[in-house]
Order: sequence, then structure tokens, then C-alpha cells
Amino acid sequence: MIAELGLAALWLAAALALLQLAAGVLALRAGSSGTGATLAALVRPVAILQGLLVSFAFLMLMWLFARTDLSVALVAANSHSDKPVIFKLAGTWGNHEGSMLLWISVMALAGGLIGWAERRLPESTLLATLAAQAFVGLGFYAFLLFSSNPFARLAQPVAEGMGLNPLLQDIGLALHPPTLYFGYVGLSVAFSFAVGALVTRQVGPDFARAMRPWVLGAWIFLTLGITAGSYWAYYELGWGGWWFWDPVENASLMPWLAATALLHSVSVLASRDALRAWTIMLCVVAFSMSMLGTFLVRSGILTSVHAFAVDPERGTFILALLALNVGGALLLFILRAQTVTEGERFAVTSREGALVVNNVLLSAILGIVLLGTLYPILTDALGFRVSVGPPYFNPVGAIFVMPMLAVMAVGPLLRWRRDSLERIQKPLVFLAVLVLSAVILSLMVGYSGILPLLGMGLAAGLVIGSFLPLRGRNLLRVPLNVWGMVVSHFGIAVALFGMSSEAAWSVEKLAALDTGSQTQVGPWSVVLTDVRPRAGPNWTAIEGTMLARYEDTAPVEAAPQSRTFWSPVQQTTESALVTRWNGQLYAVIGSQGDDDRWQVRLWWKPFVTFIWYGGILIGLGGLLALIGRLIGDLKRRHATRRIADRAAAA
Amino acid sequence: MTRPVVILVIAALLGLAGFVALAAIKMQQPQDDFIRSAMIGQSLPAFALPVTGEGTGEQLNAAEFRDGKPRLLNVWASWCVPCIAEAPQLAELQRQGADIVGVAINDTQGNIAQFLADYGNPYSVVASDELSQLQLKIGSSGVPETFVIDGEGVIRYQHLGDIMERDVPVLMAELRKAGWQ
Repeated sequence: MIAELGLAALWLAAALALLQLAAGVLALRAGSSGTGATLAALVRPVAILQGLLVSFAFLMLMWLFARTDLSVALVAANSHSDKPVIFKLAGTWGNHEGSMLLWISVMALAGGLIGWAERRLPESTLLATLAAQAFVGLGFYAFLLFSSNPFARLAQPVAEGMGLNPLLQDIGLALHPPTLYFGYVGLSVAFSFAVGALVTRQVGPDFARAMRPWVLGAWIFLTLGITAGSYWAYYELGWGGWWFWDPVENASLMPWLAATALLHSVSVLASRDALRAWTIMLCVVAFSMSMLGTFLVRSGILTSVHAFAVDPERGTFILALLALNVGGALLLFILRAQTVTEGERFAVTSREGALVVNNVLLSAILGIVLLGTLYPILTDALGFRVSVGPPYFNPVGAIFVMPMLAVMAVGPLLRWRRDSLERIQKPLVFLAVLVLSAVILSLMVGYSGILPLLGMGLAAGLVIGSFLPLRGRNLLRVPLNVWGMVVSHFGIAVALFGMSSEAAWSVEKLAALDTGSQTQVGPWSVVLTDVRPRAGPNWTAIEGTMLARYEDTAPVEAAPQSRTFWSPVQQTTESALVTRWNGQLYAVIGSQGDDDRWQVRLWWKPFVTFIWYGGILIGLGGLLALIGRLIGDLKRRHATRRIADRAAAA
Repeated sequence: MTRPVVILVIAALLGLAGFVALAAIKMQQPQDDFIRSAMIGQSLPAFALPVTGEGTGEQLNAAEFRDGKPRLLNVWASWCVPCIAEAPQLAELQRQGADIVGVAINDTQGNIAQFLADYGNPYSVVASDELSQLQLKIGSSGVPETFVIDGEGVIRYQHLGDIMERDVPVLMAELRKAGWQ
């Protein structure tokens, strides 16, 4: 009964999406005459109802998972009655059908929220936006209802469920995919806004302000999702690295790069009415990148650590949706190019100018990552196989990342419209000296590659540079969105410092140890005290116990495991981490050699944790900006209403 | 200003079309991601597993496969959905005379009995492999999988995934190749 209720709600929501699309399009064609007005009045309530219905469907699916209803195919295939409740609930979206339902639920809720609260946009643009959203949504409804029904029942209920992939039974990972999904959905909303504005030819500051909170929200989720994913890969895969340029990692990075560019260009459009075409284009690109990401993960056309989500047939469906949505938007863009490309002009040396440079550089980085990710598909079609890895991404990306970091420090110091470098000469010289001294300082510690060295210098410059916009201002009166920018830029500097330090100063030690013997890695001395087997609910493991001592401090215990899961059979390494303020000791235990000694791999990674602290700061900055913008919007709305009331009274 | 932008967007459209075409072609190609057992052509390694159901208390071991009679060894589990799908095909194989030994992976006696009651019991013997010992030794990477073992206890053939209707004659042919009459 619960499953049938959910399915019925899903069908109804799909029907409402169709109505939303039809009513929106017809109302736009009929204009503001009688029928047009009637149809237009339908769109907002229908969007709200659609959002509620599909969320209801999602809640029904969660309920099925909570009570482990094994007559439902999806539950039987992805859950188990003995699982802890949190993983039962996480099972709702830890699979293809459920995650698609989550996607469409969030997307429809976003549509409902726009229908309920959005008052800045001209009514016709709002109609077009909601119609575009319904159009994108219908593709996903069709996908769910015709090829991946989450509520399908089994002819015969099974006695027990199959469980969840052991790699995914981890609290961080239960939250990682939905976080990225929220980001993707936010970008789909930006896409609908762009299509709506293109249809009605009203690309301007109002459109940018209406869209900005969605872009910011999406960007925050993407930032946190990538940060969490990177940390998961770091401790779970046991390779000691935090970013592997894996296709699926790139798939999450590309929408972030596009969203970062969009975030900046939308600010220019909102405050200066410039960069219209560019902003629209970025909306389309950002959404394409999130669909491309979903496609790469689901289709499995690239080999990746995320291969557990693969299904070619579903990949085809997403590919078709991608082609339809993005192709359609690009065609519409060509038809409207004339209206869109107009906008305010500005000088090169200005805040806008710096933001344009930032956008160009971000786009170049995006292009590099995109090319590197898709290149294997291209060469495979030509008959030979290559794999593209860090030797390409790191140096080629760095060519554009370095100048971008410089622009990040300088840009916020410039004024809007027209400025000169002479005016900000002092801080520029100060920053240059700072970078140079940091480079010299880290050279004195030891040279280990040009990239980490430059990274260290630029990080030092940006740590201070990110706070310079606050110089000479009353800190209590600085708007929240400026604080947001400062914190995010500071976060980038912190993360960059962590990356450079990890790259430059990591020490690795591969040792074969008897129990009781000792080894040294960097400032740590590590003793392997014991190795014994351990059994978990669905795995067996070899666990090593180590006592690790940092210089002369008290020893700390670390217990890495090498686990074997048996359904499906899979070996995972559970690394042991000892965290200090200035870095992490990373320990992995391998197999036993012929001489009965244990393979032990140890790393000392100075300041590696700063990478993720930085990621969190970047997200936090986004949150501050979002709160600042929302408060600003509410105040503005309040003020407009007061003026209108006063005018009416007069 | 307008023209370069339009040209750029047209280039983006062409790029999109090219990518979609390439990806579509790529997905048509079959994926080669099954893990074949390295044990084919080798003797069953030594093992001993408790028998469940009829004959509980006895042990199933490798020696019993060396009595001159070729058999099918089906690795399955009551929690496995494809195993339900292959149940009718196993019944058909048994009807055609195949001797099928079942090994249930990571399972409980109660669930095994329930499964056999629900979907039929095509097995001559069912053993329980709670820790996947046999599964690991014979190079099986998941459930269900079916092996053809000849009368000398040598692994001759491996079928990955559920047995579909079209696989029944294939498995019978492999059994015959292994010396079954």
C-alpha cells in the first residue's frame, strides 16, 4: 500500500509537471488577455503542489526502507533487516532509483519555492522559468516512471535483503551523494532561470538577483560535497592521496568550477548589468557539467573507483536528456543572441575587469579538466587507449590556477567600472614582498618541486590578501556577503597551503616489520606491537596495532586494518590516522611476506588537514554570503512595500 | 560582438553533438568486466562444508566430486535476487538429469530452508558456506555462479550470473563435454 501510494503520487506529480509546462507556455503565447491570465494564475500553485507530491513520494520510499519492506524490489536489492537505522534510511538514496527520486524531489521543491516566494522577476519571466523547470523535470519523471520505477514490487517477497555495498556503509558517504545532488539541482534551477530569461528576453539585474541565492546554495553544497568526497577517498582507499584526477572526481569538480565562475559573473550582472551573454552561457555550462557528471558516474564509460553505480541503459537515458536540454538551450541562445549580448561597458582595470579575468581563467581550467577527462573516450574511439593523470592535470592546470590566485588577491581591491593600479600600488607591493619572502622561506626548509614552492608563496600572499578588502572599514558594518568573500578566499589560501605542504614535505616509508620492531617516518617513531585477526558483521580483517610517538611526546595507538568483505568479495584497507595540529600520520597494513614480516606503509603528511579545513571555510564563506543576500532581499522587499503603501495612502 | 558569440555557441553545439555521438557508440560496445576464475582446468581445492537440510550433520568435501560423475556446482544465497530468477532454469537442468550441488554463501539455515520451500529444491546436496571459504577458493566473485566439475573433480567451466533459458543447453553441453552421459 505504501509503495502504491508513493507511485501514485509520483505519477500525479509528473502530470502536474506537464500541466505546469503547458500552462506556462500557453500563457506566454496568449499574453495577458483573459485566457492567458487564467493559465498564468495556474502555474505557481501547480509548481507548489508538484513539489509537495513528489516529496511525499520520496517520504513513502524512505518509509519502505525504514521498515525494510522486502516485497519492494529496490529495498530487497539494497537493504538488509539487520542494518542500523541510519544506513537503512541512507539506503533510500544509496542506489540509482532512489537517488533519481531524491533529485526530482529536491528539484520540484525548488520549483515550488520559486513559485511561492519569487517576487522580483517580471511575471512572464517567472512563467517561462517554471515552464523550463517543468520541462527539465519531465525528463527525469519519464526516466523514473518508464525505466527505473523505485516502487516496483517483486512477484514474491524475498526472505532477506542484499545489503549495501560495504564501501558505502560509512556515515560520511551516506551524506556525500545527496550533498552533491543538492548542488546539481541548484544548478538546474539556475539553468531554468537562464532559459526563462532568454525566452522573454529579460536578461538583467533582476534576473541575476533572483538567481543568485540558488547559485550560491548550489555552490556551497558542491564545495562541501567535494571536500567530503576528497577526505573519503583519502582515508578509505588507503593510497595516501587526497585527489586522484579520477573521472568521477573530475565530474564533481567541473560543475564546481563552472558554478564558481557563474557566482562571480552573476554578481557583475546584478550590480552592473554587464556580462549578460556570459552569465547565461555559464548557467547552461554549469548545468551541462552536472548532467555530464551524472552521466559519467552512471554510464560507466570511464573506468573509475566509483564503478559500483554503473548501468549502460540508464546512461543512455541521461545522455539523451543531456543532449535535449543543453542542445535546446544552446539553440535558444543563438536565436536570442542579439538581445542578450548588449550590456553595460567597463574598463579593463576595474572590479568587473578582474572578475572577467577570473571567469576566463576558471573557464580555461574547466576546459583543461574537461579535455583530460573526456580524452580517453576520444582516443578509445580512434582505436587506442590512453589514461590521463596527474602529469597532465597538475602542470597544465597550474598555468591558469597561479594567475587566478593573483587576481583573487588583487581583484577585490579594485573599484567598480574604472580604476587604476597606481591607486592600489601599496598593497600590491606589500603582497608581492609577502609572496617572495614565503617562497624564500620555504626554499630554506627544502626545495621539492616548483609547483609546491609557488603554491606556498601564493598561499601566503592570499592569506593576507583575502583580508585586505576589510582594510580601513568598520568591521561591524561590513556586509555579510563581503565577509563571505573574505572567508572563502581565505579558505582557498588555507587549502592551497595544505596542498603545497602535502606535496612538498610528505615523507613516505614502506617497511617490513616483525611485531615488536620499530621504524622511523619523519618526526615519528612507530612500533608494530601486535597483529591479530578480527571479525566484523560482514567482514574479516587483519588488524595491526602500532604505537606511534611524535618526537618526544607520549605515544599514541594506531590500528590500521586490511579488511575482506564477502558479499560481494572485496578487499578494503582501513587506514589509521593520527591527527596533530600540524599534520597527520597515515598508516596502512598490507599482507604478510614470506619471511613472516608485515608490509607496513607509513606517511607523515605535514598540514594535510588544512586542505579540508580550507574546503570547509570556502563553504562557510558561501553560507555567510547567502545569509547576507537573503537578509538584503528581505529588507529590500520590505522597503518597496512600505513605499508602495505610502504611495497608496497619498 | 554578436557574431563571435554565435560562432562560439555553434562550436559548443557541435562539440556537444560529437560527444553525444561518441558516448553513444562507446556504450553500444560490450563491457568486459566479468572476472573469470583462474581455477578452470584445475582440481577443486580441499574444503569441508556442513550440509544443511537433508543430511544435516554430514560434510561436503572435494573427494565426493571425484566419483566419476560430472556435476554442476551452483553458488547461491537466499538473499540474492538473481538466484530467484534462475530457480526455474536450475529445475529444468535437474529435470534433464544434471546432478546439482548447491553451496549457499553467507546464509542461515532458516533462510536457506525458506528459499528452497518457496522456489523449489533442484539440489542433490546443499552445503552452507558461511565464510565464503569455498567461494574464494574456486575463484567465484559473486552470486549466483555455476561451475561444471568433471568426474575427476576438475573445474571445467564457469557460468557467471544467473542462468537464463538460453544458458540451459550450453550448460548441458558443457556437462556432456565433461563426460556426462
